[in-house]
Amino acid sequence: MDPLFWHRFQFAFTATFHYLFPQLTMGLALLILVMKTLGRRPGGEHWNDAARFWIRIFGINFAVGVVTGIPMEFQFGTNWAGFSAFAGAVIGNTLGMEGLFAFFLESSFLAVLVWGEAKVGPRLHWWASLALFAGSWLSGYFIVATDAFMQHPVGAQAAAGGVLQIADFWAFLLNPWALLQYAHTMVASVVTASFVVAAVGAYYQLRGQHAAAARDFLRVGVLSGLVASVLVAFPTGDRQAKQVARYQPVSLAAMEGRFTSGPYAGITLIGQPDVTARRLDNPVEVRGLLSVLAYGTWHSNVPGLDAFPPADWPDNIELLYYAFHIMAGLGTIFILLMAASALRMARGRLDRSPALLWTLMLAFPFPYIANTAGWLVAELGRQPWLVYGILRTGAGASPNVHAGTVLFTTIGFAGLYLVLGLLFVFLIGREIAHGPRAGLEAAHV
Amino acid sequence: MFELWFGIVAVMFTAYVVLDGYDLGAGALHLVVARTGDERRQVLAAVGPFWDANEVWLLAAGGALFVGFPRVLAAGLSGFYLAIFLVIWTLILRAVAIEFRSHVGDVLWRAFWDAVFSLASAALAILWGAAIGNVIRGLPLGADGWFALPLFTTFGTTPPVGILDWYTVLTGVFALVALVGHGAVFLTWRTDGPVHDRSRRIAAALFAVLVLLWPAVTIATQIVNPVLFPNLAGRWMAWLGLVAAIAGIVAVFAGLRRDRGLTAFLGSSAWIVGMLVATAACLYPVMLRAVPDAAYSITAAAGGNSAGGLRSALGWWIVGFPIAIAYFVILFRVHRGKAVAAAEGQGY
Ligand code: HDD
Ligand code: HEM
Ligand code: HEM
Repeated sequence: MDPLFWHRFQFAFTATFHYLFPQLTMGLALLILVMKTLGRRPGGEHWNDAARFWIRIFGINFAVGVVTGIPMEFQFGTNWAGFSAFAGAVIGNTLGMEGLFAFFLESSFLAVLVWGEAKVGPRLHWWASLALFAGSWLSGYFIVATDAFMQHPVGAQAAAGGVLQIADFWAFLLNPWALLQYAHTMVASVVTASFVVAAVGAYYQLRGQHAAAARDFLRVGVLSGLVASVLVAFPTGDRQAKQVARYQPVSLAAMEGRFTSGPYAGITLIGQPDVTARRLDNPVEVRGLLSVLAYGTWHSNVPGLDAFPPADWPDNIELLYYAFHIMAGLGTIFILLMAASALRMARGRLDRSPALLWTLMLAFPFPYIANTAGWLVAELGRQPWLVYGILRTGAGASPNVHAGTVLFTTIGFAGLYLVLGLLFVFLIGREIAHGPRAGLEAAHV
Repeated sequence: MFELWFGIVAVMFTAYVVLDGYDLGAGALHLVVARTGDERRQVLAAVGPFWDANEVWLLAAGGALFVGFPRVLAAGLSGFYLAIFLVIWTLILRAVAIEFRSHVGDVLWRAFWDAVFSLASAALAILWGAAIGNVIRGLPLGADGWFALPLFTTFGTTPPVGILDWYTVLTGVFALVALVGHGAVFLTWRTDGPVHDRSRRIAAALFAVLVLLWPAVTIATQIVNPVLFPNLAGRWMAWLGLVAAIAGIVAVFAGLRRDRGLTAFLGSSAWIVGMLVATAACLYPVMLRAVPDAAYSITAAAGGNSAGGLRSALGWWIVGFPIAIAYFVILFRVHRGKAVAAAEGQGY
C-alpha cells in the first residue's frame, strides 16, 4: 500500500467534509447581518424573527464546522510533516494569524449571537452578528491565502537546510492569487447560503406555512442568490480561469481535456476524456471560445497537454475535467434559475409559481456540489505539486507514518463523520420543522 | 529571537491549559457535581460560552509553534500520530456533546451527551498530561530528525519506549487531578447552590491529593530525566514558577476555606502557570528531547524558523495577542456573575 495515496485521500475527505459547513457559515453570516440590519428599521421586526431562525441553524452548522476544522489544523503536522517542515516558516504565518485574528473573534461572540439576544439587548446583539461575519470572512481569507501560497508561491525564498522562509511578508499575505481566489470563494459561499435560505422559504411557501417568513426568506435568498450567482461566474470565475491559464497552463489543459495545442481552442460543453488514448470522446464544443476566455483573442494558442512532459501532468485528469465542468455548468444554471425567480418575484408572482418553487426547494444541494467540485479543481489541478513548481506532493507526506495507520484513522474519520452528518441533518431538520416563531420569547421554544 | 519565540509558544500553551483546563475539569466533574437536569444545565451555562474560545488557544498556540518552530511541530505531530488522532476524536466528541445536548429535550439524549462530555473531558486531561510526560521523558528521535512512537511497549521508561509507560501514565493522572481540581475551583467560583457546595468539597479533596502527588511526580521526573532539575540552578524563571505554584496552592486552600471562589480560581491558575513555566524554563533550549542519544535532540535553534522569519511573525503576533486578550475581557464581562441554568431552549 502506498502511504501517499492514503494521506491524500484522508486529507481530501476531511477537507471536503469540513468545507460543507464553513461555506454555509460564511454566506449565512452575511445574510444574518443583512436581516439584523433590516430588523433595526421601524416596522422591520419580522426581519428579527427571520434572523433568529437562521441564527439557530447557524449555531448548529458552526459547531460542526468547528469540530471538523480542528482535525485539519493537526493534519498538517500528522500527515504532511515533510511539507510542514519545508514550508511551515511561511504558511505558519497565515495559520497562526487565523487563530489570533479570526477564530478568537468568532468563538468569543458565538454564544452571544446564538443564545445572548435576551441578555445583551438588540444593539450588542447586532454587533455580535457583525463580529461573526467579520470573523468568519477573515478566517476564510487566511486559509485561502495559505492555499494560494501552495498554488502560486510568492513572497518566499529558499533558506538554509533546504526549507522555505519568508522573503517579503506583504507579498506573501497579499498574494494576487489569494485575492482572486478569496473573491471567488466568498461569493460562492454566498451562493450556497442564498440557495439554502431560498429553499426553506420555498418549502414553507409550498406547504402554506409561516407566510411572512416564507416571503422574507424567498426575497433575501433569491436576490442575494442572483447577485452572487452572477458574480461567481463574472468576473471572479472568469478571472480565476485566466489566472490558471497564466500560471498553471498544464492544469488548464487538463481541466478542459485538451490534449493537443493550437489556436481557436474551443470550450467543451460535453465530452469524456480518455487519457490513455489522449483524446476527448464525443466532444460538443464552442470553437475558439477558450482562446478568447483565456487569452482574449480567437486565434490565441492554448497549449494542450502535449506541450508538457507527462511527469508534470495532474495525476487525475478525468476527475479534474469532470469537476471543472460540473462547477461551471452548475454556475450557468444557477444564474438562469435565480434570474427566472427574480423576474417572477419582481412581478409579484413567485408565490404562485409551484414549478419554480419546487425547483428552488430542491436546488439547495447543488451549490454544495459546485463548491466541492471547485476545490477538487483547485487541488487536483495543482498536482503533482504540493507547492507549485517547488515541492512535489510525494515529498510532503510524513516519512514516518505507515499506510495502514493512515487507513485506520481514515476509517475512524469515516465513521465519526457519518454519525456527525446524521446528527446534523436530524437537528437541522427539527429546526426547519419547528419553523420560525414571532417575538424573542417564543423564538426558542 | 529563539528565546523570545520559545517564550511566546510557552505562554500560549500555558494560556490554553489554564483556560481550557477549567472547562475540561468542569466537564470531567459534570456527572458528579451536577445530578438533576437543572444542575447539569448550570454547569453547561458556566462553560458553554467559553469552551470554544478557550480551545482556540490550542489552535493559536499550534500556529505559533508552526511558524516559530516548524520542524518541532512536524516531528512532534507525526511522531505522536496515533495519540494525536485520539486527541482529535476526543475533542470532536466533547464539543459535539456541549453543543448538541440542549437541542433535544429527551432524557436519554441528554444523559448520553452528558456522559460523553464527562468521559471525553477526563480522557483529554489524561492525554495532555501524558503528552507532557513524553516530552520530559524523551523521544526516540533518529539522526534524520523524525521519530515514531507506538502507543505502549513494556511500560518501562527505557528504550524501546511507547507513548504510555509508568511515568507518562503518572503524569496523565497528575494532570487529571490538577485539571479536575482546577475545574472544581472554577465551578465553586461560578455556580451557587448544590453544584457550588459539591464542587467546593471536591476541590479541597483534589488539591489535597495533588499536594501528595506532587513530590512523587518530582521524584519520578528526576529518575526518568536526570538532566532536568540540575538546570534549575541558573534559571530564575523556573524559581519564579515554583514560587507562583506554591503561592497558588496556598491561595486555593485559603479561598476554598473562606468560600472566595475567585481567589481559589486565581490560585489554581497560578499553580498551573507556575508548574508549566518552571518545566519550560528547565527544558529550554531543548524542545524535543532525544533518548537514548541526546545528540539528536531538537533544540529551539535547530527546530526554529530563521531569525528574519521570527521577526516578521513577531510583527503580527504583537498586534494579535492583545486583541485576543481583549476578547477574553469582553467575554468574561458579558458572562459575569454566577451561572444560571438557562430556560429550556434559551441556552446551553
Ligand atoms: C457555488 C460554487 C461555485 C460556482 C457556481 C463556480 N465556482 Fe469556481 N470555484 C468555487 C466555487 C464555485 C470554489 C469552491 O470557491 C473554488 C475552489 C477553490 C477556489 O478558488 O474557489 C472554485 C475554483 C475555481 C477554479 C480553480 C482555480 C484553481 O485552479 O485554483 C476556476 C478556474 C473556477 N473556479 C472558475 C469558475 C467558473 C468559470 C465558473 C462559472 C460559472 C465557476 N467557477 C463557478
Ligand atoms: C475546504 C476546501 C478544500 C477542499 C475541498 C480541498 C480538497 C482537497 C483535495 C481533494 C485534495 C487531494 C488532492 C489529491 O490528492 O490529488 C487536497 C489536498 C491538499 N490540500 Fe486541499 N482542499 C481544500 C482546502 C485546502 C486549503 C485551504 C489548504 C491549505 C491551507 C489545503 C491544503 C491541502 C494539502 C496540504 C493537501 C495535500 C497535498 C496534496 O495532495 O496536494 N486544502 N485538498
Ligand atoms: C484545509 C485547510 C483548513 C483548515 C486547517 C481549517 C481549520 C479550521 C479550524 C481549526 C476551525 C475551527 C475554529 C474554531 O475552533 O473556532 C475552522 C473553522 C472554520 N473554517 Fe476552516 N479550515 C480549513 C479550510 C477552510 C476553508 C477553505 C475555509 C473557507 C474558505 C474555511 C473557513 C472556516 C470557517 C468560516 C470556520 C468557522 C466555523 C464554521 O464555519 O463552521 N476553512 N477551520
